[in-house]
Amino acid sequence: MSVDFEKLADQEYKYGFSTNVEQEIAPVGLNEDVIKMISAKKNEPEWLLEWRLEAYKNWLKMKEPDWAFIKYPKIDFNKISYYAGTKNVERPKSLDEIDPEIRETYDKLGIPLEEQKMLAGVTNVAVDAVFDSVSLFTTFKEKLAEDGVIFCSISEAVEDHPELIKKYLGSVVPKNDNFYACLNSAVFTDGSFVYIPEGVRCPMELSTYFRINAENTGQFERTLIIAEKGSYVSYLEGCTAPQRDENQLHAAVVELVAHEDATIKYSTIQNWYPGDKNGKGGIYNFVTKRGRCIGDNSHISWTQVETGSAITWKYPSCILEGDNSVGEFYSVALTNRYQQADTGTKMIHVGKNTKSTIISKGISAGHGQNTYRGLVDIGKNANNARNYTQCDSMLIGDECGAHTFPYIEVKNSTAHMEHEASTSKIGEDQLFYCQQRGISAEDAVSLIVNGFCKEVFKELPFEFAVEAEKLLSVSLEGSVG
Amino acid sequence: MLEIRNLHVKVEDKEILKGLNLTVNKGEIHSIMGPNGSGKSTLSQVLAGKDAYEVTDGEVIFNGKDLLELDPEDRACEGIFLAFQYPVEIPGVANTYLLREALNAKRKYNDLKPLKHVEFGKLAREKMKDLEIDESFLKRSVNEGFSGGEKKRNEIFQMQILEPSLAILDETDSGLDIDALQVVAKGVNSMKSPDRSFLIITHYQRLLNYIVPDYVHVIYDGQIVKSGGKELAFELEEKGYGWIEEEKAAKV
Ligand SMILES: Nc1ncnc2c1ncn2[C@@H]1O[C@H](COP(=O)(O)OP(=O)(O)O)[C@@H](O)[C@H]1O
Ligand SMILES: [Mg+2]
Repeated sequence: MSVDFEKLADQEYKYGFSTNVEQEIAPVGLNEDVIKMISAKKNEPEWLLEWRLEAYKNWLKMKEPDWAFIKYPKIDFNKISYYAGTKNVERPKSLDEIDPEIRETYDKLGIPLEEQKMLAGVTNVAVDAVFDSVSLFTTFKEKLAEDGVIFCSISEAVEDHPELIKKYLGSVVPKNDNFYACLNSAVFTDGSFVYIPEGVRCPMELSTYFRINAENTGQFERTLIIAEKGSYVSYLEGCTAPQRDENQLHAAVVELVAHEDATIKYSTIQNWYPGDKNGKGGIYNFVTKRGRCIGDNSHISWTQVETGSAITWKYPSCILEGDNSVGEFYSVALTNRYQQADTGTKMIHVGKNTKSTIISKGISAGHGQNTYRGLVDIGKNANNARNYTQCDSMLIGDECGAHTFPYIEVKNSTAHMEHEASTSKIGEDQLFYCQQRGISAEDAVSLIVNGFCKEVFKELPFEFAVEAEKLLSVSLEGSVG
Repeated sequence: MLEIRNLHVKVEDKEILKGLNLTVNKGEIHSIMGPNGSGKSTLSQVLAGKDAYEVTDGEVIFNGKDLLELDPEDRACEGIFLAFQYPVEIPGVANTYLLREALNAKRKYNDLKPLKHVEFGKLAREKMKDLEIDESFLKRSVNEGFSGGEKKRNEIFQMQILEPSLAILDETDSGLDIDALQVVAKGVNSMKSPDRSFLIITHYQRLLNYIVPDYVHVIYDGQIVKSGGKELAFELEEKGYGWIEEEKAAKV
């Protein structure tokens, strides 16, 4: 029999190509001039530049966090470039104005930019395509506008909807929140903006596709989603990057605001370049994602499938302020080769009858290290708050690790908490059973792992669930020899 | 079809099979009986390719091929099926999914096109009816929360779908009530064919009332110590395994 857990073969990263395109790249290093340059590039109002500079000054005083279960050489923030934009200054008005090289890139990535193509298909997904520091194009803008939905890049929103930006930017993740969020506030370049007006159910899935291309460049995007009273939106984020030997930094901030009776479903399929089989290269992914359930009966649901990046540091959280509000976190994190992930969530219960659900599935293969870190905080006025947490880890092989750090703080005695956790080694018997039925060891592993992740995948929109399953299989390639 | 010669097998430095010989021809039904711990499951696992078992001597030829050289999945695709004594649970993986993957892997191996969802569904429903299996079976996770009887029935169901040329049943009868036993027997009997052989491992003679073997072998301490026709099973039932033990001791 041929299952050899020790052997790590080459894993194929399908999206590792790079695009040869003329770009304008800021000189490496971070200082006030760079921030002024970014702000000027984006025609920002004075207040926003001030906001950035304030964040920068605070950031200089902050210390990089070291509590996470991850190891990496110190990042030299002065060796990174903070802006890489395409040469043409005007925002393209139609697809024809986009550099053909870049269009080809999106074709290769399977990201639809042609609306007609999408309309002919079965599903409707509107796409915002962010290439390094710039949002290139957003599809279906006009169609969405018919319902009053705003879907555009955050730079456009700064110009076209300043009142919304001023009101909400930093209202969930304050600009000085943590080291990486603070850095992001100083230098964020692009990202998506979504606004769903009262009572509107967004007629299609919205998605942003992040692509890092330029070398030695960090990507610092910022996404802001606002769902007014009684509205609904489902949003998906996808990401890939070329295969490079140097580590690249990605430090994003995502802010969600759900008003009364509103629902936001936010799904991520994270497939940044994970590094090669010896642990060289790969993206450092330090992300702050948070949602505020401001209104009563509001609902925020995070679903993430994390298969990429050399390092993942990410805790999508919910602040459940409104009474009866609901927060959910469904996560699959896979680490293979030398990948490290420290991920989880925070559920902060403030309002009465608030409810949170956490389902985390960690899979470690190769030399991967996978950590779940979660906090459930029940405030003193959060009567009858409920939380259900389930953390399952699966180990494939003997060199990898799984760790769980669940923190619970209960300040109200009416809280109802349930916690379940398990760690299992992928069963030799399960593998053998599948093989005896004719399925190869490699396919058997991906079948068993996909089964293990079922509860999370069922939360994804259907097409993306299929995508996630495929991605998981590819990411597991080489985990058995 | 299957030729086992002088098979020696070790587990964790303990020799379990000690020179086992057995020949099974096309279309024959062989029954292997023996006391607990005599090596019945070991034999079935070695044939299926479980790597915890180390073959230290001997050979196994299956349809002209050196079976021991093949990966377990290739053995399966070559036509070997093992109904496990203790089928495992695989949470989150639907029965139908596993089975379709398995069937299509086998078809691919044999240069056949994969079966479409609809065709597979039709095939599965047909077989399920014969085995008195409920439709909900397909959607449930593999063996998860199944009763002992359901698990065994599922093994037979899989066998029917995969249509092996050599089916090995490892104590499929143990733990079944008489009704379930009859259903299993029906499932096996309906698959009898001149091209298909069966190796039916059992502790009791009971199952052999429903599936009539051409040959009965007695395994004891890692060897086949006695072979005969179906009447041997009755003899064993009557006299118990102690009789074999004494006979063997007398020979030495
Ligand atoms: N994986 C294993 N590790 C250690 N001992 C084993 C293992 N499998 C079987 N054995 C031992 O080998 C002998 C034969 O077992 P088995 O083949 O299961 O017998 P049977 O199926 O006839 O009851 C027993 O003594 C059993 O304890
Ligand atoms: Mg046994």
